[in-house]
Amino acid sequence: MATQQSRSAARLMMAPAVVLLLGWMLVPLIMTLYFSFRRYLPNRPDIEPGWVGFENYARFIGSSSFWPAVQTTLIIVGGVLVITVVLGIILALLLDQPMWGQGAVRILVIAPFFVMPTVSALVWKNMFMDPVNGILAHLWKFFGATPVQWLSQASLESIIMIVSWQWLPFATLILLTAVQSLDSEQLEAAEMDGASYLNRFWFIILPHLARAVTIVILIQTIFLLSIFAEIFVTTGGAFGTRTLTYLIFQRVLESQNIGLGSAGGVYAIILANIVAIFLMRIVGKNLDA
Amino acid sequence: MGRIELKQVKKSFGDVTVIPPLDLEIEDGEFVVFVGPSGCGKSTLLRLIAGLEDTTDGNIEIDGSDATGLPPAKRGLAMVFQSYALYPHMSVRKNIAFPMRMAKLPKEEQDRRIESAAKALNLTDYLDRRPGQLSGGQRQRVAIGRAIVREPAAFLFDEPLSNLDAALRVGMRLEISELHKRLDTTMVYVTHDQVEAMTMADKIVVLQAGVIEQVGSPLDLYRTPRNKFVAGFIGSPKMNLIEGPEAARHNAHTMGIRPEHITVSSESGDWTGTVGVSEHLGSDTFFHVNVEGFGEPITVRAGGDVDLHYGDTIYLTPDPALIHRFDDKGLRIA
Ligand SMILES: Nc1ncnc2c1ncn2[C@@H]1O[C@H](COP(=O)(O)OP(=O)(O)OP(=O)(O)O)[C@@H](O)[C@H]1O
Ligand SMILES: [Mg+2]
Repeated sequence: MATQQSRSAARLMMAPAVVLLLGWMLVPLIMTLYFSFRRYLPNRPDIEPGWVGFENYARFIGSSSFWPAVQTTLIIVGGVLVITVVLGIILALLLDQPMWGQGAVRILVIAPFFVMPTVSALVWKNMFMDPVNGILAHLWKFFGATPVQWLSQASLESIIMIVSWQWLPFATLILLTAVQSLDSEQLEAAEMDGASYLNRFWFIILPHLARAVTIVILIQTIFLLSIFAEIFVTTGGAFGTRTLTYLIFQRVLESQNIGLGSAGGVYAIILANIVAIFLMRIVGKNLDA
Repeated sequence: MGRIELKQVKKSFGDVTVIPPLDLEIEDGEFVVFVGPSGCGKSTLLRLIAGLEDTTDGNIEIDGSDATGLPPAKRGLAMVFQSYALYPHMSVRKNIAFPMRMAKLPKEEQDRRIESAAKALNLTDYLDRRPGQLSGGQRQRVAIGRAIVREPAAFLFDEPLSNLDAALRVGMRLEISELHKRLDTTMVYVTHDQVEAMTMADKIVVLQAGVIEQVGSPLDLYRTPRNKFVAGFIGSPKMNLIEGPEAARHNAHTMGIRPEHITVSSESGDWTGTVGVSEHLGSDTFFHVNVEGFGEPITVRAGGDVDLHYGDTIYLTPDPALIHRFDDKGLRIA
């Protein structure tokens, strides 16, 4: 297909983009690595900058906040994944049914994805979860219950809820296209073979969706590991909602310890890569079949 | 048992009536072929029988009891789809076992039926493969295997051979015919290929625009087509249909004569024409002949050794006993 000539032309034309992207990626990465091996607290002139070897790494991991932060991160990522995948599949199956106003409904379902994280977190915080004026508080009062102090009493759950709301459209969209790509003759064959709707879902639809589900999980995990705005705007990392990303932010900006924060950043990169490799292999296996 | 009866069955999609009310009887053990041009409603009719579409009106009876409202699984029919519709993530064994698994048959019985179906269909070596790793013909056999193990009252086939190459198609045609002889189960078979219809059927149903044009044995349809449409559809190459003065000479609006019922000569005959394109098949040669006064060229069959070429003069004599005559509505004149 591609001749020698067209290939070298393609390489030449792609070169600027590749160089730019490489620089974009490499410069911050190298700076992070550089700072992670330095003692560097710009607001403390009394502490001399200098090389410290792996001291920052040891201190970051040794800090009492590290493991809880990892745990919080995993709970949020896992919780959001479970909710978006399960609800995403249900919504995709519902949206696939012929119904009145299909186009409008589909656009409405996708809408949350276009709302900026900061905005959506603020809306949730002030309009839904506010213990005095929030809609949820009114609902609770209507049924005679005491309103829940969402962001302090059920902080982790609240954040999972907000983030799930944002990512559900993405999962639904990908899963909907997968549902639509299922050959209808397969479902009809299964129907003739005596499979009930539940059986058809379990034996035909779900295996067909497996690949799309892995892709949703892979992409979402990469983005969810770095959620920040939702926590910053709502709890500010309090009430056990401090994720790894948030911990790094606090180290760098609140304590102004750039070296320590950078070491945390390197840990985050390693964690993300472990997850990515792990998921790539699952996806690879699924794509082979 | 597998007697299927359609009584005044009608099907519309919205405002469009695809099948106007229609009656049809399919006897137990019969091999019935629905044949007709693309879009005439063959698949729709088959899907109505299967229960994959609801009838707009009328009744479908299977073995004497009303099945119109029954879901597909309860009708005891098995269907083989054009795309095979195998489950891609299951092995061949699991594919074949699926209907039995849904019916909660005991494991030993499942294995027994899988073994015997695999042996009958030459699939024993492929039982652990996925459908994606099989050839088209093998996939077709898996689809048939999945239908057989259910031991259905009747098999429904929707153009099962249309995705196969010519050689394989002939082989599978024989295999399906043989399966029918061995199982002695009713089979309803949809195709637009009249050769398949002629070779396999006990009874052919010719459809056009949802209307049954004629029902009968292959030879009935070949010998006494009820109208011009059936005459042109059954037989290969097509029957020559001639209008104008020549037809009037035979007291008909249209006269029909099959290519194989015309005698070819290079010296004398009823009609004189010039040879156009000729198709040499080895055993036979088909000449397309332009005859003065006929609108369209006439197709004739001659032996493989007749030596005539483009532009040569040719003399044709139709066999008077085998001329078909049709009136101005296209119906056969007895
Ligand atoms: N779901 C549907 N909605 C509307 N019209 C339909 C639907 N299914 C089929 N039709 C119409 O019904 C007619 C018959 O379709 P059908 O599939 O039965 O044709 P067919 O004889 O099987 O043709 P082919 O040989 O091409 O498979 C066609 O004109 C088609 O457009
Ligand atoms: Mg069809």
